[in-house]
Formats: sequence, C-alpha cells, structure tokens
Amino acid sequence: MSASAVHSLWTTAATAADPIAKIDAPKIEYGQLSPTLIVVCAAIIGVLIEAFVPRKSRYLAQVFLSAVALCAAFAAVVALAADGYGTTKAHIAAMGAIAVDGPSLFLQGTILLAGLVGLFTFAERRLDPEAHGNRVDSFAAQAASVPGSDSEKAAVKAGFTTTEVFPLLLFAVAGMLVFPSANDLLTLFVALEVFSLPLYLLCALARRKRLMSQEAAVKYFLLGAFASAFTLFGIALLYGYAGSVSYARIAQVVDGTVTNVDPALADTMGNDALLLVGGAMIVMGLLFKVSAVPFHMWTPDVYQGAPTPVTGFMAAATKVAAFGALLRLLYVVLPGLRWDWRPVMWAVAIVTMLGGAIVAITQTDIKRLLAYSSIAHAGFILAGVIATSKDGVSSVLFYLAAYSFVTLGAFAVVTLVRDAGGEATHLSKWAGLGRRSPLVAAVFAVFLLAFAGIPLTSGFAGKFAVFKAAAEGGAAPLVVIGVISSAVAAFFYIRVIVLMFFSEPRPEGPTVAVPSPLTMTAIGLGVVVTLVLGVAPQYFLDLANQAGVFVR
Amino acid sequence: MNPVNYLYLSALLFTIGATGVLIRRNAIVVFMCIELMLNACNLAFVTFSRMHGNLDGQVIAFFTMVVAAAEVVVGLAIIVSLFRSRHSASVDDASLMKL
Repeated sequence: MSASAVHSLWTTAATAADPIAKIDAPKIEYGQLSPTLIVVCAAIIGVLIEAFVPRKSRYLAQVFLSAVALCAAFAAVVALAADGYGTTKAHIAAMGAIAVDGPSLFLQGTILLAGLVGLFTFAERRLDPEAHGNRVDSFAAQAASVPGSDSEKAAVKAGFTTTEVFPLLLFAVAGMLVFPSANDLLTLFVALEVFSLPLYLLCALARRKRLMSQEAAVKYFLLGAFASAFTLFGIALLYGYAGSVSYARIAQVVDGTVTNVDPALADTMGNDALLLVGGAMIVMGLLFKVSAVPFHMWTPDVYQGAPTPVTGFMAAATKVAAFGALLRLLYVVLPGLRWDWRPVMWAVAIVTMLGGAIVAITQTDIKRLLAYSSIAHAGFILAGVIATSKDGVSSVLFYLAAYSFVTLGAFAVVTLVRDAGGEATHLSKWAGLGRRSPLVAAVFAVFLLAFAGIPLTSGFAGKFAVFKAAAEGGAAPLVVIGVISSAVAAFFYIRVIVLMFFSEPRPEGPTVAVPSPLTMTAIGLGVVVTLVLGVAPQYFLDLANQAGVFVR
Repeated sequence: MNPVNYLYLSALLFTIGATGVLIRRNAIVVFMCIELMLNACNLAFVTFSRMHGNLDGQVIAFFTMVVAAAEVVVGLAIIVSLFRSRHSASVDDASLMKL
C-alpha cells in the first residue's frame, strides 16, 4: 500500500459525508458471555461494597456476593453446555474476540469451581487465634502498614480486615475465564493482565510472615511483568506477520490458505522470522504462567511466600487458564507450525518433568515441595499438549480438572497445621502428624498419593489419559521419561507420608487447628473429587472427550 | 522513510529494556525497564499498523498504554510496601526464601 493511501485512512474519513453512520455497531452475544459478565459485575459491586458498606458488615456481604456470583456463573456455564454450545453450537462470539466452545466451557467450569473452593479458604476465620476479640483470616489487617509497626498493631486492635481480597479474587477469576477462550491476541493479552494483576496484589497480603509475602509479590510482579512484555512483543511480531490479531486469520496466513493478499501482507508473509520469533515469544509468556522449566524460577518463592489460600487458588486456577490458552494457541493458531514447535515443546516437557521432580527431593518446606511438584505436573500436562490430537486436548482438560482439586485440598490442609508463628510449613514439624491427628494426616496422604498418581486416585486417571494420548500422538519417549519422573516424584511424596505416620511426634510440634465448615468443605470436596475421579473416571473422561474440539 | 527502520528501533529499545531488567538491581529501575519494553512493543504495533494499512495496531497500542498504567499502579504499590518495610528497594536484598 502506498504512503498516500495509508495516510488517507485518517484524512478522508473526516471529510466523508456522515462517517459515524458507517460504523457498524458491534454485535455482542451477552448470553454466551454471561459467565464472565456475572463475575465482572460482582467484582465491581464488591469494590462498591468496600466503599459504602460499614466495616463490620463488609466481610459477610463480600463472601455472600462472591459465592453467589461464582455459583451463578457456574450455572450459566452448565446451561450453555447443556444448550449445546460446547459441541454443536460452538462458535466465535463478541465479534471474533471470544470462542464459546467445548474446551473453553469445560475450563471455565473448572476455574469457577476452583474459584469457589478458593473463596472458602479465603473466607476462613477460625484458624488464627482471635486478635483483640476479633476473628481474623489469613490476610493482613492493613496491607499499607509496615510490618511490626505501631500502625499495624493499631490496625489489628481496631479489627481491620482486608476484605478487598474478595473483589480481587473475582477479578482474577474473570480474567481467567476469558484467558482460555480468547480468540484474538489482544483479548489474550488483556485477559492475561486482568488475572495477573490481582494475583500480584493477593500475594502481598499475608497476615503472618509479611516480609516474605511482600518479597514474593515483588518477585512475582517483576518476573510476571517481564514475561508479559515478551508476550506483547510476540503479539506485535505475529500481528506484523499476518496483518491481524484474529486467531483464524493468523492461522490462515500461517497455512498459506489466505485469499486477497495485498502487497504489504505478501511482503511480511515472506518473513518467517516474524512468525517464528513472535510465536516463540508468546508461547514463552504462557509457559511462564504454567511454570514450565526454564521459566519456573518464580514458582517456589511465590508459592512459599504468598498466603496459603492464595497459593492454593493460584496453583490450581492459573494453571487451568494458562494451559487452556496454550492449547488454543498451539492447536488453533499455530497448527501449521507444529513441526517447528513440537521439538521445542518436547524439550521443555522433558526438562520440566525431570527438573520439577528431582529438585523437589531436596526441599524442606512443604509449600516449596508442593511448588516443585506443580512444576513437575506442568511437565506431565505438556506431554498431553504435545500429542496434537483430540485425545490430547481431552486428556489435558481432564488432568487439569483433577489436578486443581487435589492442589486446592492439599494447600487447604497446609493451612491447618500451625504453631505459634502461624503455619508450620517446615517438613520437620510434620513428623509424627499421623499420630497426633490421624484424620488430617490421612487426608493429606490421599492428596499426596493423588499427586504421585497411585491407582484409585484422580492423579492416576489423569496421568494415564495424558500419557496414552502422548503415546498415540507419537511421543513414546516422552511417556517413558514421564513415567521415570513420576517414579522419582513418588519418592518424595511417599517420604512425606512416611514422615507423618512412622516417626515420633516432636514434643514442641505443631497443633492442628479445627477449621470452620468453609475449609472443611474445601478439603472434603478435594477428597471426594480425588476419589470419584480415581474410582469412576469414565463419565468425566467422556465429558472431557465431548469438550475436546476447538472452534475455528 | 522506510518503516522497517522503526522496527529496528523498536527491537533495540526492547533489548535495552530486557538487558536492564537483567542487570539492574533497584526494583524501580527494573520496573522502568519493563515499561521501556512495553513502549518498544507499542512502537512495533504502530509501525506494523502503518505497513499493513489497518488500524488494529494503533488500537492495540492504546490498550497497551492502559494495561501499562494499571501495571504501574499495582507495581508501585507492591514496591513501595517492600521499600517501607525494608528501607531498600534492591532486588538483591529480597532473598528471605533462598534455598
């Protein structure tokens, strides 16, 4: 296109007879976007509650509003799926910005349930001893006060609580709902930031060990912003390559099936460097979010420093959302490039599985151990992503659903084991826990066995599905390495179980707090889902199988 | 002037920003380098927009600016709270959780 023709883009419109009338109003399918819209509206109302409702009644109002919103959004997802939007009526909504199809509805349902369970652990107020007669939750009385200062003591004494965590949770959930269903690169980027920014803040809000919490937030924020800058540059390069940010259009240009090629597009299409570097940078940003090696450095520090309810929510829901976006990007936008990205993803999956499992062995802190275990799990899920088949998609969907409930449950159990300094996360303090509190230790053992992938737990069904899909997709060596690293990982899960049940309790060991029904529900749901998906996974595998097709 | 030159400039700015993130020690400076990277992306978007003759890239540049502004709000809040409790914004000092 000549320079004068481009320039006319902005000059002729102003002189046209009635330029405004020529703009078509966008057509938005509000019904199909309702899960996201409900959560966003509730989050905005939550902000207004912070502004206008008296401090005493904010907690109840926020918890009630958030629970209702998440349940309503989940009902909307189920209604859409029952209406056939997951299968036959799957299509692209909101002028090409959002895909309403099987994978996005399945993942949205998973994220909403994870958000609801996360909400229960956020709202827990019976674990910490009462401060000045007020029940307190896991979050700082006043985030702005300096740790250990007079203003912090005054805030605790006045009974302040950071009820802003509930709207922040809802905003994060809203971003996560959009992330796996984004159907253009701009929506992808905006959703990425919408769910990341609240998580950065939530990480900084721990009530105990506040310096560690702030440190975790700074690390997460700086590295997260760094990674999203890479994603954005990748988006810029792909836009330069294809002249559009729409997934369908980019896929056409990559495949070479595009019609009406103008000279500028012909010029940039010939430049494979734009496509390869751009695609690599976007995938890098997503691999950062799923914490795959070598982009995993933030994971142990952030998981350890963040308040444990936030860690649980983040570990479960972020992984679901980011793997959804990664699947859609690789399967819808870049399938034409799969001979280029498959070897790279092979390498990433191998180092992620082995790296996560091997480094976890040396950990002495239970939260760090779970963080490295989540890295290893990211590697197992990547094996399913590499399958590039319908089974690959459905096995990843099933694995994500199974994994998120185990993770939420495991971190909820971590909040229960406490000593004078708050949560007792050092592994040595967990010695003999099975003698003091057999029930809590047994529940945690179930979660660990599910992480290890022992039969009759959801972890086994998920791993089996993923490895089967990978083997059928021609990635048999990957499956061998996956099984080896599962065996390595099983070692340290079993070691924790042995520590809990077969060693003497220490005299100054931690106590196990009796939680309110909120955390009990979270843990109970985790156990039930783990066992049901392990004993009778077929119904859910079928569900994931039906949901395994992306709309283009 | 050939618009490709602006792409070279954008890549250069992005690289300067990324290098700064890796070698600088003050959290605020690191953060400014990230902002530089985002602005390099904006320059690339606008240049590609001009090359392709459509407005998508320019619209995305606005979105990027809004996102960058939101990121500043969140980032500075976190960095300032860290600074107030430690009297240092150095990313090397924040090492409570080393293995």
